[in-house]
Amino acid sequence: MEKWRATTNLRRSLKSILNRQLKFRYLNEKRSCQSSFNLIRDCKSLGQVNAIQHRCFSSASTLVQRNPSFSTLNSDDISYFKGLLGEKSVIQDEDRLETVNTDWMHKYKGSSKLLLLPRSTEEVAQILRYCNSRCLAVVPQGGNTGLVGGSVPVFDEVIVNVSSMTNIISFDKVSGILVCEAGCILENLISFLDNQGFIMPLDLGAKGSCQIGGNVSTNAGGLRLVRYGSLHGNVLGLEAVLANGDVLDMLGTLRKDNTGYDLKHLFIGSEGSLGIVTKVSILTPPKLSSVNIAFLACNDYSSCQKLLMEAKRKLGEILSAFEFLDTEAMNLVLHQLDGVRNPLPASMHNFYILIETTGSDESYNREKLEAFLLSSMEGGLISDGVLAQDINQASSFWRIREGVPEALMKAGAVYKYDLSLPVEKMYDLVDDMRIRLGDLATVVGYGHLGDGNLHLNVSAPEYDDKILEQIEPYVYEWTSKHRGSISAEHGLGLMKANKIYYSKSTETVQTMASIKKLLDPNGILNPYKVLPHSLNS
Amino acid sequence: MKIMVAVKRVVDYAVKIRIKPDKSGVETQNVNMSMNPFCEIALEEALKIKESGLAKEVVAVTMGPSNCVDTLRTGLAMGADRGIHVEAARDLVPLSVAKVLKKLVEVENPGLLILGKQAIDDDCNQTGQMIAALLGWPQGTFASKVVLDKEKQVATVDREVDGGLETLCLDLPAVITTDLRLNQPRYATLPNIMKAKSKPIKRYTPEELNVEIKSGLEVVQVTEPPKRKAGVILSSVDELIDKLKNEAHVI
Repeated sequence: MEKWRATTNLRRSLKSILNRQLKFRYLNEKRSCQSSFNLIRDCKSLGQVNAIQHRCFSSASTLVQRNPSFSTLNSDDISYFKGLLGEKSVIQDEDRLETVNTDWMHKYKGSSKLLLLPRSTEEVAQILRYCNSRCLAVVPQGGNTGLVGGSVPVFDEVIVNVSSMTNIISFDKVSGILVCEAGCILENLISFLDNQGFIMPLDLGAKGSCQIGGNVSTNAGGLRLVRYGSLHGNVLGLEAVLANGDVLDMLGTLRKDNTGYDLKHLFIGSEGSLGIVTKVSILTPPKLSSVNIAFLACNDYSSCQKLLMEAKRKLGEILSAFEFLDTEAMNLVLHQLDGVRNPLPASMHNFYILIETTGSDESYNREKLEAFLLSSMEGGLISDGVLAQDINQASSFWRIREGVPEALMKAGAVYKYDLSLPVEKMYDLVDDMRIRLGDLATVVGYGHLGDGNLHLNVSAPEYDDKILEQIEPYVYEWTSKHRGSISAEHGLGLMKANKIYYSKSTETVQTMASIKKLLDPNGILNPYKVLPHSLNS
Repeated sequence: MKIMVAVKRVVDYAVKIRIKPDKSGVETQNVNMSMNPFCEIALEEALKIKESGLAKEVVAVTMGPSNCVDTLRTGLAMGADRGIHVEAARDLVPLSVAKVLKKLVEVENPGLLILGKQAIDDDCNQTGQMIAALLGWPQGTFASKVVLDKEKQVATVDREVDGGLETLCLDLPAVITTDLRLNQPRYATLPNIMKAKSKPIKRYTPEELNVEIKSGLEVVQVTEPPKRKAGVILSSVDELIDKLKNEAHVI
């Protein structure tokens, strides 16, 4: 934290020039990829090539220096990769590189000169063995839908993208165990399993682009966690390649296997910094026929909490999702997205809750849900609500909840925070932030209430450091005070690499650093991310 | 004035359909069923007319086995006042439905009969036209706008036809079938769902109504359309020309 403050002072002069340019460009051009690319080129011309602030459009991050111990790519390297993978899998084309160098939120942009598309574990192993021997930094990449800058290069790291590894290796219809390669897109897996009568245990808004390898590497949470638990429970095995090219085959398909240390858990959630996941074996739940979904309105946050408690008790085993959004989130979605209408148009309520139940018996589950809703309504917990009568209506409810991140992107600049907090305290933070920010920005709160996960988003027409100063480090300190997590499911990536101490003790982080040193002594895998920069030698 | 709306229970529009292995029809076991989307639009229109004060009562009618009552409950939850269920062992063809409706119309005497233009399982688009003919009532099909005039007892209906929009003026009582752009059906709110539990549903059988429901049609076979062949990636313009000339025979 001290180091962050010190570097802020150093950067001030550079930043004031940047900000003036930034505001000029923003006002004159539509905010697009193009303007940020030009800006970054201008940054380079201002002097320091190796120590530029990468988040040009956004907030203060620590000043990252390119690690001088990493080599730079040369033509011999390119020839080697071309010989290993073939011409088609070695990409140096500028346009394609622009896309893979930029993250989904257009907040982070690297300057990698090389994209590799291996098609098998063996190719990944050989790539890493070579890069390790040459000390070339590598960024593992999948669907590139991460929200903390963990999937794009910071400088000129080589991008190893597993999108070409899309085989479904096997599926056991009896046990529901699916074995597939890391590049399989989540939505494709969901469709495949649908034909077999199963579903994936995780579901997120990014399912059309995100890949299972990335989901596992970031321990993605999503909408169904309250029912099916986290990936730590559902992933039965995985195959990963270490920095030196060794392939760890832990691709078990057994529910129970207590033989030694369960190393796969290290890779689940390590965001590609300990190894590249190449295959995954995952337990999939059977697809149950009866899905019901209700969209409800509550007057205040304490009703939302009581509703959650009641839902867990009365709906019990059939509850499969419990999400909430506040009025500002609803307004944003209705304004920014097409084809979305408010299911409860009578008046604007303060909080909206989406409850989904999944079970095997249609009439029994429906009655259970209706009885629960009736008693909640009579008890004053819900002020209004609707129950979906067919699949279309159900999708439209989900569209509202899943559309909030998209609506925020369209509304302009957004500061995203993903926090785990005790359920009673969760919304207090949103109220506090509203007071702190006043008219500067709109504070939007939504998230997985069932898991105690708040997605706090601050939306403003443009990025502005005045806004950022009010948010950070206040949000992190607030979360830390309540022993919450500063990153519930998004991970640390680049954005929160130095913030880990808000949620983990020094000794814990030291042990993490030792493990990293053990598995990746040259530090070539996804450098500058996850762990604090001060721990790198 | 009373409005009667016919609703049908069909396979949910969003479900991926599968054919039964014996090719006798579409698989409906363990498949999500819901109200036909056009029937939802019909019911929504009836409710709108009632809310504007031009009608006193909306009656929803359905025909089929006992699980059709679910659809009636949805209709009641949307706001219909009463439900009528005509019990029949299997699916009825449009002519039988029209004959039953004729008897019900004679019992209930509605001023307006609104149906969906077609059901999404058989795509017949026949029931509305047939019942209008049996009753000798005017019909406004594929309605995209309906305006009622109570004094003159007419309904002005904009119809979506191939050439554009056609406006008809129908004397009441009349039959209207609804098209997609007429309105956006409301969601079933919790208070209405609870109220629906106590709304009456009257049961009839075709025998009670003196209707012969024997169908003149027999489904011989149901098969899937041929699967789309995969595309081929060609490596050069010459190959493309060769394929267009020799395989597709278009040049």
